[in-house]
Amino acid sequence: MTVTAVPPEASSASAAPRGGGVRRSVLRRAVPYLQAGPLALTLLVFLLIPILTIVAVSFWDYDSIRIYPDFVLTNYEELLTSPVTWKTYLNTVKFAALTWVITLLIGFTVAYFLAFHVQSTTWQMVLFLVCTIPFWTSNIIRMISWIPFLGRNGLLNSGLISAGLIDRPLEFLLFSDFAVVLAFVHLYALFMVVPIFNSMMRIDRALVEAARDGGASAAQVVWNVILPLAKPGIAIGSIFVVTLVMGDFITVRLMSGGQSASIGLMIANEISLLQYPAAAANAVVLLAVVLIMVVAMLRIVDIRKEL
Amino acid sequence: MTETRTGSPLSAGTTKGVSRRTLLKDTAAAAGVAIGSGAITGFPTIWAQNIKNVTLRQFGTGVSNLNAVADKVKEDLGFTLQMTALDSDAVAQRAVTQPKSYDIADIEYWICKKVFPAGVMQPMDVKKIKNFDKIVPIFVNGKLTPDSAVAQGTAPHTVGFVEGKDSIKFAKSATQWMTLIPTIYNADTLGIRPDLVGRPITSWTDLLDPAFKGKASILNIPSIGIMDAAMVCEAMGEVKYGDKGNMTKEEIDKTIKIMTDAKKAGQFRAFWKTFDESVNLMSSGEVIIQSMWSPAVAAVRAKGIPCVYQPLKEGYRAWGGGLGIAKHLSGLELEAAYEYINWYLSGWVGAYLNRQGYYSAVLDTAKEHMSADEWAFWMEGQPAKTDILSPEGKVMEKAGAVRDGGSFKDRMGRVACWNAVMDEDRYMVRKWNEFIAA
Repeated sequence: MTVTAVPPEASSASAAPRGGGVRRSVLRRAVPYLQAGPLALTLLVFLLIPILTIVAVSFWDYDSIRIYPDFVLTNYEELLTSPVTWKTYLNTVKFAALTWVITLLIGFTVAYFLAFHVQSTTWQMVLFLVCTIPFWTSNIIRMISWIPFLGRNGLLNSGLISAGLIDRPLEFLLFSDFAVVLAFVHLYALFMVVPIFNSMMRIDRALVEAARDGGASAAQVVWNVILPLAKPGIAIGSIFVVTLVMGDFITVRLMSGGQSASIGLMIANEISLLQYPAAAANAVVLLAVVLIMVVAMLRIVDIRKEL
Repeated sequence: MTETRTGSPLSAGTTKGVSRRTLLKDTAAAAGVAIGSGAITGFPTIWAQNIKNVTLRQFGTGVSNLNAVADKVKEDLGFTLQMTALDSDAVAQRAVTQPKSYDIADIEYWICKKVFPAGVMQPMDVKKIKNFDKIVPIFVNGKLTPDSAVAQGTAPHTVGFVEGKDSIKFAKSATQWMTLIPTIYNADTLGIRPDLVGRPITSWTDLLDPAFKGKASILNIPSIGIMDAAMVCEAMGEVKYGDKGNMTKEEIDKTIKIMTDAKKAGQFRAFWKTFDESVNLMSSGEVIIQSMWSPAVAAVRAKGIPCVYQPLKEGYRAWGGGLGIAKHLSGLELEAAYEYINWYLSGWVGAYLNRQGYYSAVLDTAKEHMSADEWAFWMEGQPAKTDILSPEGKVMEKAGAVRDGGSFKDRMGRVACWNAVMDEDRYMVRKWNEFIAA
């Protein structure tokens, strides 16, 4: 066995330099693919295939207990011709817009303060970490804790009443659009702070000094220098906030007491009624809408500058 | 047949260490001791040797999937009962699409109306049901007493029997072949905070009384919520229904219109979907009148907050569930299933359910397992002589309390409508969602 095995091994050994060279160059060309492989595979299995499945199911037919593989457009037809859908989209976009404006104002202000007013890096980091403290608890808990606070007999109302500021509880505080937006802002403000802060930290301080030397007021510096340079951060933060709000269902349900609708809630309802194809159609439409919004934002701001 | 099931002695499902389970287990043991093994009359022992290897898989909604029952089955009958709790929509779907995944289905009657015609279950021979004659007549002919009226909706007796052993067609009157053996049922009404409503509540219309603007709630489960809405609209005299349990499109439109107008006027504080939400709304005072389930009322009261399950003049909305046998069951397992069902009606479970404020299908046997005082309180509407305890041994009502709505006859005798599935189900759900989104 060993004897007969020797010659071929020897010959292959002599051929090795040539063959190995080819192999090495093949290998070199394959390296990038291999490196991208795990991510591509992950995306394929956990993103692309599920989305394609959802798209496929959105054309299926269903009754109250079963779904049938088919190709029908009724799911989209019922979805797009129903006034409820339009009203719900409008409502969801309203939540997204309000949340976006408020978180942007808060995020920009906080980030500006951290980046330009706090001088020592240590304090910047300390204060930045303070911002993240609420994230040590689950967002459901952070949301639910508003309910006893804002309720009819909640802390805020009883506080205001005993301070003599109001004589009857403010009803609009809980189970209202106000409560929904408040919870959204609370949950997502940090997603705005972080990227804007990050952008601002990269702004060359010399630019600010140059503007001042050129006679710009503080407001002019913010408006003409800092804001344009912080745009990539604002865009990234906006993408976070808008996509999170557009897809949300639990915040809207809990904070509006089930009285307001959002797209996510609509999908959740359809799933609980086992209308999977309808839910899938709804999800596809939502995905398209959100993608359009993100593309629009990327058109306005080139976030690659940031990366 | 049995070999395939022997793999799971004392199923993992029943032994997982969730605290509630353990609690139930302990209390079951305690209850077992309290009742004493002597009270359990001898069950057939023919199967005693090999029946221990049988595992029956039961699935259903949470209300009656009690681990205490599974433990007691093991103790009394020797075989293993595996329980899975799902929500009612999932139960309906699984019953039809995965008929091999269960042996015993614990489903509500309106689910039965959807599921049984799919041919995935087998009817039961009433000759093998020992206490069949003692089953409350609501489930046999729809009438609690010979002169009571048959309620609207999916009344249990309308889907309780099929025409023959292999039939999937519901019979007009009682036959030898029963689809579900009734297990648990109750009459639902509105819950109120007597300290906050400030006046007597007597009618379903009070839910939409402008006096309670911003303080009312209704449950957001379409098939049940629409019933409560219909009770309200009918009581207002705004809509006349042919059958509230099977509305026409026009009736659905009218009902939803009234509810939507009320919603836009700010009548509702919130809509609830889960048991705990209804408890929180009520106990925090956000809501003072709402659709409610009986254990939720008990939960509010357990916090020391007054809450009444208010009987109303238009009557109750009732629901009921039962046990059905999957088509694939045969031989020893089928016998075990019959034995389990006979055991279910033999009293221990009945007493357990009655003590939770539900009702059991065979009252006579349950009575034997309850104290005279318990029976008088839960079933006869009399003031409690001693503290009334839950099956877990917690004080539910202090001595002197009277059950809301009174006796069994007063409550179940005044059912206006049963939970139902409508022919226009899909349309109704769409309209209901419009109401919620309005």
